[in-house]
Amino acid sequence: MRKITFFAMGFSVLATIGQAKTPVLNVLTYDSFTSEWGPGPMVEAAFEAVCACDLVFQGAGDGAALLARLQLEGITSDADVVLGLDTNLIEAARDTGLFAPLPQLPSAKLPIVWADPVFAPFDWGWFSFVYEQGTVSNVPQSFVELAASDLKIVIQDPRSSTPGLGLLMWVKAAYGDGAAQIWADLADNIVTVTPDWSQSYGMFLAGEADMVLSYTTSPAYHLIAEGDESKAAAAFSEGHYMQVEVAGKLAATDQPQLADQFLTFMTSAAFQEVIPQTNWMYPAYAIPTGLPSGFEQMITPEVSLMFDPKEASALRDATLSEWRAALSR
Amino acid sequence: MARSAVSLTLVGVTAVLGLLLIGPLAAVIWRADQGLTALDIEAVRFTLWQAALSASLSVALAVPLARALYRRRFYGRGAIISLLGAPFLLPAIVAVLALLSVFGRVGLLAQGAAMLGLTLPSIYGAMGVILAHVFLNMPFAVRLLLLGWQSIPSERFRLAQSLGFGPPALFLHIELPMLRLVAPGAVMAIFMICLSSFAVALTLGGGPRATTVELSIYQALRFDFNLGAAAALGLLQSTLCLAALGLAALLPTQHGFGIGLDRSLALGAPKGWRAYADFAGIFCATVFLLLPLGVLFYTGLSGIGSLPWVIWPAAARSVGVALCAAFLACFAALILAKASLRYGRFYEGVAMLPLATSSLVLGTGLFLIIHPFFSPARAALSVTILTNGFLSLPFAFRILLPDLRRLYADYGHQMTLYDLGPWAAFRFVIWPRMRPAIGFALGVTAAISMGDLGVITLFANADGTTLPMMIARLLGAYKMQEAASAALLLVLLSFGLFWLFDSREGKDA
Repeated sequence: MRKITFFAMGFSVLATIGQAKTPVLNVLTYDSFTSEWGPGPMVEAAFEAVCACDLVFQGAGDGAALLARLQLEGITSDADVVLGLDTNLIEAARDTGLFAPLPQLPSAKLPIVWADPVFAPFDWGWFSFVYEQGTVSNVPQSFVELAASDLKIVIQDPRSSTPGLGLLMWVKAAYGDGAAQIWADLADNIVTVTPDWSQSYGMFLAGEADMVLSYTTSPAYHLIAEGDESKAAAAFSEGHYMQVEVAGKLAATDQPQLADQFLTFMTSAAFQEVIPQTNWMYPAYAIPTGLPSGFEQMITPEVSLMFDPKEASALRDATLSEWRAALSR
Repeated sequence: MARSAVSLTLVGVTAVLGLLLIGPLAAVIWRADQGLTALDIEAVRFTLWQAALSASLSVALAVPLARALYRRRFYGRGAIISLLGAPFLLPAIVAVLALLSVFGRVGLLAQGAAMLGLTLPSIYGAMGVILAHVFLNMPFAVRLLLLGWQSIPSERFRLAQSLGFGPPALFLHIELPMLRLVAPGAVMAIFMICLSSFAVALTLGGGPRATTVELSIYQALRFDFNLGAAAALGLLQSTLCLAALGLAALLPTQHGFGIGLDRSLALGAPKGWRAYADFAGIFCATVFLLLPLGVLFYTGLSGIGSLPWVIWPAAARSVGVALCAAFLACFAALILAKASLRYGRFYEGVAMLPLATSSLVLGTGLFLIIHPFFSPARAALSVTILTNGFLSLPFAFRILLPDLRRLYADYGHQMTLYDLGPWAAFRFVIWPRMRPAIGFALGVTAAISMGDLGVITLFANADGTTLPMMIARLLGAYKMQEAASAALLLVLLSFGLFWLFDSREGKDA
């Protein structure tokens, strides 16, 4: 018994020494950010080279799971920074009251004006329908054309997937009260609705659908990583809805300075240049080296659509019922 | 007489428990801000309908197939019986993609039909959901029924033969009583599995028409963070399951074919058209089950060797989790099966409860319980073992209960006479006679535990990733080809574990 106590004391002393030497910064993020193929490992190495700290990524499911986890933990969370919420989740995250104001950060380089005191963007993208060139001859240039065509699409469920919710907001932002009619017209084009993005994308690659709801930058993955030029994103004339992924500092953090340092680091080139070829999204701040070659071939929508977080949150339930009613018929 | 009084009491208790569950639930729903909308009621209706149809169709198709496999002997029979374990063990997302490769818009069938100038009806819709659930669960039903057939002592068949029973009389007097024991349990287990189906139902159902209760729970927890609504929906789902259990409790449990010499042997399989029908059935079922698996194999195999090395420690971790969970589940299942024989069907209900639990609600609840004490990330693997063991317990229970019941009906008297303790009873009576069933149960639970991911996502694993998490990461990183190979690896490992435990005697008997 005495031995055990001795060991326990030894360990706690060691642990204290360890803590005194290198402070730990816990960043709660979605799982694919921390994965071997995500930005996590490179970001961790780059930040630890300058911070004299131990950066620990805690990966929890996807963006929505992240928020759920944060709400479950509440004030007792040991996370210092939350990274990976998307614009449609921001308002719910703000309402938790768990976040502290951001430090002074450079302004983000986005197609829209970003001035949020609590959440800073780290990457962004436009939603779009991706298709295989050669199999789709008359590429639709709007939702109306898509609905009128006999193209088959696969989309994600807005009740379980953040891109799925993004599509809902896209149609709403573009058509307002006419959104229900668009969905009713799209119903016969929709092969099916999957719980998450990867299942949709897998079905598209297997040929089950002509087009899949994804991002304008998705073809960049195939181009750069696989040397496959066949994938393309359809440009829609009504504009493309944006997804902005953000990070924020928790008010209950025990490392406020380190958290600020990390958020500042997030806007630097060392973090941002990792994004394009790991998350396959656009960096939210300028990178001196420019985007990797291949990204210049991606379409650039002329109109960027996005509700501000408050609007998005207020619209969500009604839009969801509208969607469900239109597709349940 | 005393027995039936006991079972009457239990039915009463079940009914009261059911009311106790429904009452507060109804109150919660009544008082909730929006209550159950017409869409929620639609979800409940769809959930019940598809689960009932999937379960009865799976078992109805399994009956002739299990009988054919029992009474025929042919080259490759053992392999087919082994392979019957495979579909049931597929992770949902893998199963969906495998099915679509055969039945989808550009699947093998559609391509074949196109060559003949035909267009097949779309798989997406209610029929797709049923097809997928039958694909996933019918083989499990076959294995359960096959255990039932194998438990009929060969003396019974000999007696029937000497009495000049034809196949109809044989069915009526020997096989039907066995089916009445085994089939309701199989129907109920599959009904409950399909009740909480979500990814399969949504994807193959073609959209929000195919909304199940589990999806509503998912939404309530993750997007609305409405714990009240999630709990109410979770309770609703459990109530539906308990109602099914209550219904099943009304069915007879008369048992005991009398003691045989522990030999079972197919005798005098009928010839003529019945033989053709048997083999045609076996052939069709094998093709139906093997084609999707074959495509899975074909698409994944070439990439297995070149998978990134991080896959292998993850795979080892998953195997460890699966083994621990399997022993946990089978141990608990044996104890509960014994209790349900001695103290009544209440324990049968207890053992089936995990099926009535939404894994999301379970994961969230566990997170809330663990979090105040220590970092959930540190507990991730232990929680995975615990929940996988918990969630696979009902399958072990369903496999073990009929055998154990017969064993106690036939040998219980002697065991009491010789005053065998639990260990001695296990060592000398249960283990020798139930080895095939225990092996099958271990195999099934181990294989199921390889695949489960639903519970763990909240916990942010710090102990290292498991294979299903790796697959999710590969999929999230556009690496669909590698993901297909990793999924095949998962299936091969699951199946390997299953095959390892699923004893040879079970197949050759």
